[in-house]
Amino acid sequence: MEGNPPIMRRSALAVIAAIGSASLLVAGCSKADDSKDDTGTKSAGANAATKGIVNASDKKGGTLTYELSDVPDSFDPGNTYYAYMYNFSRLYARPLMTFEPGAGTKGNTLVPDLAASKGVSSDGGKTWTYKLRSGLKYQDGSSITSADVKYAVERSNFSRDVLSLGPNYFQQLLVGGDKYKGPYKDKKGLDSIETPDATTIVFHLKQAFQEFDYLVAAPQTAPVPQSKDNGVDYVKNIVSSGSYQFQSYSEGKQAVLVRNKNWDASTDPLRKQLPDKIVVNLKVNPDTIDKDVLAGDAIDLAGSGVQAATQAQVLTDASKKANTDNTYGGRLVYMAINTKVKPFNNVACRKAVEYAIDKVSVQTAEGGPIRGDVASTVLPPDITGYEKSDVYATDGNKGDVTKAKDQLKACGKTTINTNITARSDRPTEVDAATAIINSLKKVGINATLKQYPSGKYFTDYAGVPKFTEKQNVGLIMMQWGADWPSGYGFLQQILNGKAIGASGNTNLSQYNNSKVNDMLSTSIATSGDDARNSIYAQIDKQTMDDAVIVPLTYFKVLLARPKATNLVSTAAFSGEYDYLNIGVASK
Amino acid sequence: MILLLVVSAVTFAIFFVLPRLAGQTADQLAQQYIGKSPSKADIAAVKHNLGLDQPVYVQYWHFIKGIVTGATYDLGPTTAHCSAPCFGYSFKTHQAVWPQLTSRMPVTLSLAAGAAVLWLVSGVVIGVISALKPRSVFDRTFMGVALAGVSLPMFFTGNLAILLFTYTWPVFGRTYVPLTENPAQWANTLFPAWCSLALLYSAIYARLTRSGMLETMNEDYIRTARAKGLRESKVVVRHGLRAALTPIITVFGMDLGLLLGGAVITETVFSLHGVGQYAVQAIDDNDLPPILGVTLLAAFFVVIANLLVDLLYAAADPRVRLS
Repeated sequence: MEGNPPIMRRSALAVIAAIGSASLLVAGCSKADDSKDDTGTKSAGANAATKGIVNASDKKGGTLTYELSDVPDSFDPGNTYYAYMYNFSRLYARPLMTFEPGAGTKGNTLVPDLAASKGVSSDGGKTWTYKLRSGLKYQDGSSITSADVKYAVERSNFSRDVLSLGPNYFQQLLVGGDKYKGPYKDKKGLDSIETPDATTIVFHLKQAFQEFDYLVAAPQTAPVPQSKDNGVDYVKNIVSSGSYQFQSYSEGKQAVLVRNKNWDASTDPLRKQLPDKIVVNLKVNPDTIDKDVLAGDAIDLAGSGVQAATQAQVLTDASKKANTDNTYGGRLVYMAINTKVKPFNNVACRKAVEYAIDKVSVQTAEGGPIRGDVASTVLPPDITGYEKSDVYATDGNKGDVTKAKDQLKACGKTTINTNITARSDRPTEVDAATAIINSLKKVGINATLKQYPSGKYFTDYAGVPKFTEKQNVGLIMMQWGADWPSGYGFLQQILNGKAIGASGNTNLSQYNNSKVNDMLSTSIATSGDDARNSIYAQIDKQTMDDAVIVPLTYFKVLLARPKATNLVSTAAFSGEYDYLNIGVASK
Repeated sequence: MILLLVVSAVTFAIFFVLPRLAGQTADQLAQQYIGKSPSKADIAAVKHNLGLDQPVYVQYWHFIKGIVTGATYDLGPTTAHCSAPCFGYSFKTHQAVWPQLTSRMPVTLSLAAGAAVLWLVSGVVIGVISALKPRSVFDRTFMGVALAGVSLPMFFTGNLAILLFTYTWPVFGRTYVPLTENPAQWANTLFPAWCSLALLYSAIYARLTRSGMLETMNEDYIRTARAKGLRESKVVVRHGLRAALTPIITVFGMDLGLLLGGAVITETVFSLHGVGQYAVQAIDDNDLPPILGVTLLAAFFVVIANLLVDLLYAAADPRVRLS
């Protein structure tokens, strides 16, 4: 996975979420937050969907409406990278594995979907074999074979000039992946994916990769019949393998899905196929979406939380608050300390920064407790491998000027002049950086704010080591979400010293500790979840000891709970509701 | 002829200027269609498919040729044909620009036409009454309302209208229904948008009409007309309003032309899938062909509106007739 550019799947959602929060509302929010959870007779109560399934029901029928303020990158399961599309596409495209619809971190549990059971590894984790369920059919009644899964992986990972929007982990991991030109140019296919019979698929990897089940939970493994694939145009005639199929699709406007008659419940223990029809309206005004959700007419597909105005409205009204879910979004808001910029090459100077920052002021700038809990570890609590710890604990998280000054002295400095970068089009990030600047000033660290557009943040500015060194950028504002909810999926891209690229770098601290690098490669080759998780906790601890990252907040979203059945907020999809089985509630 | 030249000049200018405004090289333009970790070969392949590896004048020629003959794009496994008139092909959404524009045009047209009727009628009527009774309560009240209307931005009045008339008192529908499908529903769902847009514009028209009328009603020929014994209504409409109408026609032509090129904010606020929303999406996506298409369309409408204004002048004011 070395040299992979920034993973923006979840961070992209941050833009929307960031706009939705405003420091103005903090007073109102925290006040409302102090009041106890309202558990009326009508509603399941605030945060109910983060603890269990709300309105569990098998009631069939009706039309379910989703609304999205934007357009998705693509409905094509092989050409998407957004968490909400990973979630939603499962209605019409079944991947080999998926996540169990469960509340919070229970939702991180992997379960077989198209596959009959979890992957069987041999060769120390370098070979992975999956058996498909029997009797699987497409919407046209034809059989789904393992060759279709192989083809789906090939088209989505190896034809970057045709389908480019998804990640390419398979290309990086599979034997011969760097040479294969993709199925459109090379019909022969990739040798390292074998299909000995119609229901067996075997992946041969270059290195041991014990979290392969997470990778095959991506929509890229959902079968695509080669005879129906017409590259980028496949999005207009997607062949369903799930419980719903496309009735119509109008680019940038609307998609309508209806029941797939050839989907067989006996081949699928997960899906319930409740609504008759599912409508996705695109490019809807975000304020309208909130109003529709509150009126019980729609579900926000992006799942990134309500707008600031709506937040103020729902939190000050007890009955409305009872219908909200305030949940972790699988993301850490942090500040990277650039170890290659003097004097932050000295660990004591970095520790001075760790102690100096008043994290409560940062949390307030981010939008208060509703938008995130104060963080003290690299891994957020909703990612597998998280272990509670606080290396630089200060009283009330408000920072400690004395300790910070001590560290500064140990570093041989009394003042430091440096620059801090933030994304100009993310007002909350700029506010947070401003709060940090104020904290640092108290201990004698003078940081000047430099703002850059988010579109070029990694390619031209903060992600270019040469640029940061030349411009004396010692502190870099950042948010990070993983592609899959495990320690490796989260840490690998931001801490791996071997992954520092000349541009598009996401290891912003330029952290290169051989101990951490080794632990990262050991962890992924280690079988046994507990063993791996303990390594993730060690990596987290080591990173904090080296003070290269200042965790600021564990990102949270405030979802308005729609009037629908089977609602459960899952950590597997950044806190979104699990879209697999939502049904229409009787009004 | 001059009109054609203007549109051509605009085409040429945006074709050359747009990519440079975005500050991107051909490599960067191609790269955004590839996504994560592109290899040099991938970029070169996409650049070739899109024709970005050719000199700009050749690209311009292909664009112009496409309008007449259509164009075909190589997309790897398949080719995309963009039939004439081909105003470009979006490689982000994989749709030809022209069908998108034509499918969205009815929405924009519905919005603009309905709002235009409302603001023109209300603006002129308010203006005339205010002029006939200057400094009266009516005059003061409506000029005040008009001032408020022009000062309040669309994202305020629009959202307020949605909140009040589709949620608090659900009188109007929320999702656009085409005119051909159900005319009553069409008007019903568009009405809040029309009113919000009309509120923004009618103020200017009321003020223009008022000042024009005040001036003409003091002219000698009005006194003559009254002395002749003409009915007051005839004096006001035939002699007064007609003379005051010329500046209103000018402004109306320009406003309507611009609106037809996409009512960007209104369409966004009311979630209408019109041309303006298409432009916003394209700008968000850094997708040049649709931006080019919308700009061209807007230029076309502005030019056409100006032509119509010139023709209407002649009808309204005998002094500018040729013979």
